[in-house]
Amino acid sequence: MTTLVSYLSEPLQHAFMRNAFAAIVLVGVICGAVGVFVILRGLAFMGDAMAHAVFPGVVISYVLGGSYLVGAIVSATVVSLAIGAVTQSGLLRNDTAIGVFFVGAFALGVAIISTQQSYARDVTNLLFGSILGVSREDLFLTALVGCCVLVALWLSRREIVIGSFDRTFARSQGLNLWGWDQLFLLLLSLTIVISLQTVGNILVLAMLVTPAAAARLLTERLSPMITVSAVIGAASGLIGLYISYYFGVSSGASIILVATAIFIVVFLFAPRTGIITTRIARRLHFEHPERDQFLDLELDEEAAGSRA
Amino acid sequence: MTITGTPIQSSVTPGSTPANSVAPRMQTVRLGVHFEDRSALDDISLDFQAGETTSLVGPNGAGKSTLLRCLDGILAPTHGEVFHDGHLIHRPSPRVAYVPQRSDVDWKFPISVLDVVLMGRTLRGNRLLRVPDQDRRDALAALDQVRMRRFAPVQIGALSGGQQQRVFIARALLQQADVFLLDEPFSGVDAPTQTLVLQVLDDLRLAGKTIVFATHDLAMAERSADVAVLLNRRVVAAGRPSRVLTVRNLQSTFGGTAAFDAAGRTSA
Repeated sequence: MTTLVSYLSEPLQHAFMRNAFAAIVLVGVICGAVGVFVILRGLAFMGDAMAHAVFPGVVISYVLGGSYLVGAIVSATVVSLAIGAVTQSGLLRNDTAIGVFFVGAFALGVAIISTQQSYARDVTNLLFGSILGVSREDLFLTALVGCCVLVALWLSRREIVIGSFDRTFARSQGLNLWGWDQLFLLLLSLTIVISLQTVGNILVLAMLVTPAAAARLLTERLSPMITVSAVIGAASGLIGLYISYYFGVSSGASIILVATAIFIVVFLFAPRTGIITTRIARRLHFEHPERDQFLDLELDEEAAGSRA
Repeated sequence: MTITGTPIQSSVTPGSTPANSVAPRMQTVRLGVHFEDRSALDDISLDFQAGETTSLVGPNGAGKSTLLRCLDGILAPTHGEVFHDGHLIHRPSPRVAYVPQRSDVDWKFPISVLDVVLMGRTLRGNRLLRVPDQDRRDALAALDQVRMRRFAPVQIGALSGGQQQRVFIARALLQQADVFLLDEPFSGVDAPTQTLVLQVLDDLRLAGKTIVFATHDLAMAERSADVAVLLNRRVVAAGRPSRVLTVRNLQSTFGGTAAFDAAGRTSA
């Protein structure tokens, strides 16, 4: 027991590891919460695109020495408007437009950074994150922006839910779907930006999608799904960081691998949806059909309906 | 129901309200909708009274859904105007409840039946606060009305087609609208749901609401509406169902032998 405690506490003796742990928990929670809406809106590919779209903005502000937050938001907005314009034209599908612009934006970032002398190291840091280099200021900025994103998400929860669930109904309620979509994409790009340093440009998609996907298999309701997704995100971050510390594996990669492992376990063994657990449940159902309450409900309802 | 600009005039106004003495609840004036080079609706002038149920009947592509979307204000007409209580409609209003066809929804969305019903009111609530208890009680009462209360905590995708349809009607009830627009509310649902929906619509009509539903089921159009409108991009005929749903009118709406089959059923 004491050895376990010492294993767990040892990395925390280093200031840079404390910052790293705090950063990954923040990013795990924020990505987990935002990711729920990414997968519910079917925006996984758009999330990938946004992660790449912020790249040229980050590189330009890096080269010019400005705030990478501003650069990232500007380039993400430009790319999302370009995708929107091509989709609105009705000539091409949305995923085609995404495919065209996100790689284009990414290539622009690579082109600019390749003119810099420290090319190889910089590009690796941006692509895969450099969680051990997180400073107190970075941490503060991550927490601040993350809180803003979560508050904005909470305030717009009803519009986003209705707009995701039933777009025709949303329109009939007078919702400006385009505006709410753009707001969500802005929140998404902010989330991606604050995740860049911890997990990097390429792996951030997994932080957005994987915990939320696992959470969806565990619950049928939105609020618990957000909580579960945030917890899985934070837990993957913590466990992944320990693995990275003790086994010398790249931190971004080990965090994502932990999240993926959690997803696979949930997919197989989730109480209601797991493909192995449902098989067992089905066998139990044939042995004890009277225990299946849901079937009773349906039969009752049919009886009530026929009386009408 | 009065119509103008169409060859078949109906002076009869069924239902409890004398139409010509009261301003219509909803009105379209020479409404036209064109999609690119194709015309979906042309020269539609119709009145919809309070306490009156109107069925829109026509083949696929006749413009039934398009007309409902114009009445709701989601779709801006290319020509003409839509009025609600004498006011020109620019955008959708919560006072008009619209029940779209069921296929438009993300069934895997993690949301309960109760929360779907509450959507009928949540957008009007204070976004800083939780949903008020009164709204919750009203939502449960609306679910009671469509006999779905016991399903309140169930995920929406777990229901059968007919049950889902009832939930969307409960959501429309929660809107406290005075006009109800329903797109094919009877198609693909079980018989008990059909009966129940008819009963709910009848209660609404008696409460003075205006009801417009699109259907391709002639029996339903005749049995459960005060006014039938035969639509095929234009208004072919409008008025009391027994007068409108004639062999000749059905032929010019649907064309071909289908009209004869249908007419055989309606005259029986």
